[in-house]
Amino acid sequence: MIELRQVNKVFNRGKANQVNAVNGVDLRIAGNEFLVIVGSNGSGKTTLLNLVAGSILPSSGTISINSTDVTKLPEYQRSEWIARVFQNPLSGTAPDLSIIDNFRLAAIRTQAKGLNIGVNTKFKNTVKEKIATLGMGLENKTEQLMGTLSGGQRQALTLLMSVMDTCQVLLLDEPTAALDPRSADIVMKTAERLVDEFGLTAILVTHNLKDAFTYGNRIIQMAEGKIIKDLAQKEKSALKQNDLFDWFG
Amino acid sequence: MDFYLATLIQGLCFSAIALGIYISMKIFNIPDITTDGSYTLGGVITAKLLMAHQPIYIVLPAVIAAGAAAGALTGIIHTKLKINALLAGILVMYALYSINLSIMGRSNIPLTNVSTLFSLISFAADPNKNTFFVLIGFVAVIALLIGFLLKTDFGIAMRATGNSESMIRALGVNTDRMKIIGLALANALTALSGFLITQFQSYADINMGIGIVITGLGSVIIAEAFVNWFRITSVWLSLALVLFGAIIFQFVIAFSLSIGISPTLLKLVTAVFVLLIVGLPRLSFRNSS
Repeated sequence: MIELRQVNKVFNRGKANQVNAVNGVDLRIAGNEFLVIVGSNGSGKTTLLNLVAGSILPSSGTISINSTDVTKLPEYQRSEWIARVFQNPLSGTAPDLSIIDNFRLAAIRTQAKGLNIGVNTKFKNTVKEKIATLGMGLENKTEQLMGTLSGGQRQALTLLMSVMDTCQVLLLDEPTAALDPRSADIVMKTAERLVDEFGLTAILVTHNLKDAFTYGNRIIQMAEGKIIKDLAQKEKSALKQNDLFDWFG
Repeated sequence: MDFYLATLIQGLCFSAIALGIYISMKIFNIPDITTDGSYTLGGVITAKLLMAHQPIYIVLPAVIAAGAAAGALTGIIHTKLKINALLAGILVMYALYSINLSIMGRSNIPLTNVSTLFSLISFAADPNKNTFFVLIGFVAVIALLIGFLLKTDFGIAMRATGNSESMIRALGVNTDRMKIIGLALANALTALSGFLITQFQSYADINMGIGIVITGLGSVIIAEAFVNWFRITSVWLSLALVLFGAIIFQFVIAFSLSIGISPTLLKLVTAVFVLLIVGLPRLSFRNSS
């Protein structure tokens, strides 16, 4: 479970360009909950995701994951619980490393990176089997550099990488924003499958109202750094796609 | 001494610096100028300890530790004080000049009547050939160690740190610590070149490191050109090409001297050569696109 209490984030405090990106947010996300966050540009949704990930630390308030206070923990220490898919496929993978090396790092996300050679035949076969489940024909290209793949292929692989090691929380930061419709569909369906299969707590930030409508069992809307709407599973099920458009006036 | 053998020996001596620059510049994507100071530091410590009749098994770790400390200092300034890596390196390099001079006590230490790495091990009767064989073994061991390191989980994390920092942080790596370790390793290797060249030329000089970063940079750029041309992805092949680049670079300098270019103009010629290697592929790419 993730809990945010009175979380504030102020950028450029005391300067002319001060921005109160997140304003006193209280949010509890239960285990196995798939939360979708929508909101206009500058509403604070990505900042909220970054606060959970630890990419930025809050100006005030507390954040806990499974009752552990992680407020002051940097991103690399929160990786014990959290896996993340970035908006930009370039950010979530290392383009000059092979696919198999990228997967190796993901497989030891919560472990020490020691002086052992982990990319062995057994590991390669395991990765091939997992990649084959995507149905993208990438299982025989594991020695290829990650940078040679398309954005959609990289996002799909990033999703698989997120569950290579124990994972409790999956953060999806506009994962389909840079993808064509077909790739976006594969990525979102893969995300949904992995969330169900591994019983993950997931947070999806998106501008895509179709995705917001289709995926997740809870939805919140943010504006000016605050949560202005919060619909739980039952209310979200009753929601129509046009209602979501109405939220944005 | 045979012209080509001497050039080969120099190239091998500079292999370690080339590997160091490969780690800082290509793996970590950090332009590290500490090199000029840590190379001299390696030479100075070697000369000082050898003249104090310390054995090689004491000198070698001392050189590695000193180079690593210099690199780590640059890394700490860069990551903890958030100072640009280039400036951090310049500051440490600048400070090292005084430190090196203080260690030496004078501007030049000739090695006289001391045992060096090249006289301790005997593969051939001819001293120059012996130096060459010792260097081949020494450089091979270093390259194998670095190659092994880069294939380990730690090494993959190192390579990812310079390639996609956001990704590797999300995968549980403290990138600040990784950069400090990387710069320490790079400068330990650079100091090793100082260790080798001091014993080869039988003296250490306070100015021996001025502009030496260009030697490492040139070697890595030559290697990179081959990596791009042949689309090489293997870590082992890349390392072999860096070593090859270090030797080619020395041959270009030797060739310049052999055709009568004045030694006064040598650094100018070297700079133009590096510029050509960097610039030509880009110009040809622009023309083809």
